[in-house]
Amino acid sequence: MPENLSIRIDGEYVPAEAGQTILEVARAAGKYIPTLCWLENITPVGACRLCIVEVAGVGRLLPACTTPVQDGMSVTTNSEKLLRYRRIAIEFLLAERNHQCAVCVSNNHCELQAMAQKLGVTHSRYAYGYPRLPVDLSHERYVLDHNRCILCTRCVRVCAEVEGAHVWDVASRGTRSMIVCDMNHPWGEAQTCTNCGKCVQVCPTGAMAEKGYAVEEMSKRGANVTRLVRLGGRL
Amino acid sequence: MKKLVIHPVTRIEGHAKIDVYLDDAGHVADTHFHVTQVRGFEKFTEGRPYYEMPGITARVCGICPISHQLASAKTCDAIMAVSPPPAAVKLRELVHAAQFVQSHALSFFHLSAPDLLLGFDSDPARRNIFGIIEENPELAKAGIGLRKFGQDLIEGLAQERVHPGWIVPGGVNAPLKPEVRDRTLAALPAARAAADRALETLKGALDSFSEEIAHFGSGPTMYAGLTNESGEPDWYDGLLQFRDASGGLVAADVRACDYPEFIGEAAVRRSYMKAPYFKPRGYPGGVYRVGPLARVNVAQGFGTPAADRELAEYRQRFGECPQSSFLFHYARLLELIHGIEKIERILEPATILSKHVRARAGVNALEGMGMIEAPRGILIHHYKVDESGAIRWANLIVATGHNNLAMDHDIGEVARHFVDGNNFKEGMLNRVSALVRAYDPCLSCSTHANGMPAVTIALRSSDGELIKMVD
Repeated sequence: MPENLSIRIDGEYVPAEAGQTILEVARAAGKYIPTLCWLENITPVGACRLCIVEVAGVGRLLPACTTPVQDGMSVTTNSEKLLRYRRIAIEFLLAERNHQCAVCVSNNHCELQAMAQKLGVTHSRYAYGYPRLPVDLSHERYVLDHNRCILCTRCVRVCAEVEGAHVWDVASRGTRSMIVCDMNHPWGEAQTCTNCGKCVQVCPTGAMAEKGYAVEEMSKRGANVTRLVRLGGRL
Repeated sequence: MKKLVIHPVTRIEGHAKIDVYLDDAGHVADTHFHVTQVRGFEKFTEGRPYYEMPGITARVCGICPISHQLASAKTCDAIMAVSPPPAAVKLRELVHAAQFVQSHALSFFHLSAPDLLLGFDSDPARRNIFGIIEENPELAKAGIGLRKFGQDLIEGLAQERVHPGWIVPGGVNAPLKPEVRDRTLAALPAARAAADRALETLKGALDSFSEEIAHFGSGPTMYAGLTNESGEPDWYDGLLQFRDASGGLVAADVRACDYPEFIGEAAVRRSYMKAPYFKPRGYPGGVYRVGPLARVNVAQGFGTPAADRELAEYRQRFGECPQSSFLFHYARLLELIHGIEKIERILEPATILSKHVRARAGVNALEGMGMIEAPRGILIHHYKVDESGAIRWANLIVATGHNNLAMDHDIGEVARHFVDGNNFKEGMLNRVSALVRAYDPCLSCSTHANGMPAVTIALRSSDGELIKMVD
């Protein structure tokens, strides 16, 4: 029997059990915390920093998706400060690679774009990096465009945890980090890939897409993948 | 030597600068037409999936994105080696005709009518669409309405007026909605009346422009345009015809895939706009013009009754193959009338509502070319891809580029005739700008370039001193 904890979110006492994360408790209580890398039923990693919250008595902002609740915690999910930092997180994502919404297959169906709009990010105040990044078109059915990748690692986690293939990993560090396939091989040559497309469906941007979809045509069906886990498909 | 600079040339699409050099006696010695930006679409699309090209290349232009999408989608069709379903072809033709109507309306009413109706020498502060609204509100309303008619149809078909994602490799991504067809058919009479009014206005004003007609680029050139096998203009899928200045056929029925045999591209030192030329005649001798005047000179007839009636009158007045670039305006309005008739003709059969509008395939050819008539003339896209579908090489030859050599020549002719350095008036340089406007160039397309304000004209003395700069 899990231990019941006494937690306040935005001043309101909410039910919580030991072992839950702040995000889980908040969502169960109907409190909205923005997320990008988080996926229901998949291991959280705290990559995007959109879900940062203020915890009373803690001097820094904590990601709600990976921070376990503790008895007596008082969490603030929305404040001027949080909005400022969440906007900065989005601006960094936009500036880091080449996110050209207008010509993207996922334009109007993109979680990054939608989140930017929701948080009122109209432009990035930081200099764009314009890195020269490859597009992996080697797979017969799917395409990976590193220009549009935000390194949320949803693909990595879904492939490992739901499909059980573990095709994807993250190579290198910092701004050189890249999603790699089968220890850095072209996707089309992957020995482990089952061609299931789960990575494509959970990708929040146009980084992974089905081939042949023109601009604005690629809408994702990520819920179909995470539903599998709820039905007992998680390894 | 003195130098006049017109920078920017206004009421055109894109950005350019004209230098007019005067000799010591104050007469025009030379002129240079500079298009001042570079954009690099052909380079930065390398590595992109071919099927993204219609969306990317549409961004070359905000006036005629449909043209680029269509040329690009045809190129992708060639790479996929598919024929789009018949309804998709008709829908592409329909959106193309709508684009001609809105673009030609923009060129005539918004950009050129201020010169034609208010006069080349009228007050520059009033010489714009607002001046037209004051002077002739009914005509201005007709023009704005006509542009709206074209844009509404584009929006009805493609959900967006500018840069829609509807035209895709293999066809289009949604069928025509019956209510859009009904709405468009209901709006046709007003559109027709607006186009007729524009043409009547131009015809009525022509007599006062006899000097401009005589000296706006009267130098003979070849003409190029796409026609069907009956010699009627086929904007979407015609074969390329080259005619010489007297109307004789120089090259007939050139397919998109054979364009490199006939069209060469020269790089010009003083401009980012390349200068295409007719290869068999070499550079710079192989000058040809494209666009409304060229299409009308190349075609036997329009194949639609109202446009053909007007064409007969036009030819009676100016001959079978007139040379003056001033007549671009007249030819453009003939095409406006033809475009509206074409829309009606395409919308009438019920098969236009077919739900089968897209063919799907992967990479079946490693090279593809697509050629259409954009409102400003022939537009060619040419891509090479690898087996995975990544663009390895791309070439775009855009309408305005074809006219580069002719425009440069005509600017010289207009400047020599109208500009007098000893007795300088603003209206003189406006005629130089107006010559450029007659071509309705899209300079942002032609260089695939962005940036800065439109065109400037500079008048410089023989020792290089700037006398006058006109924006």
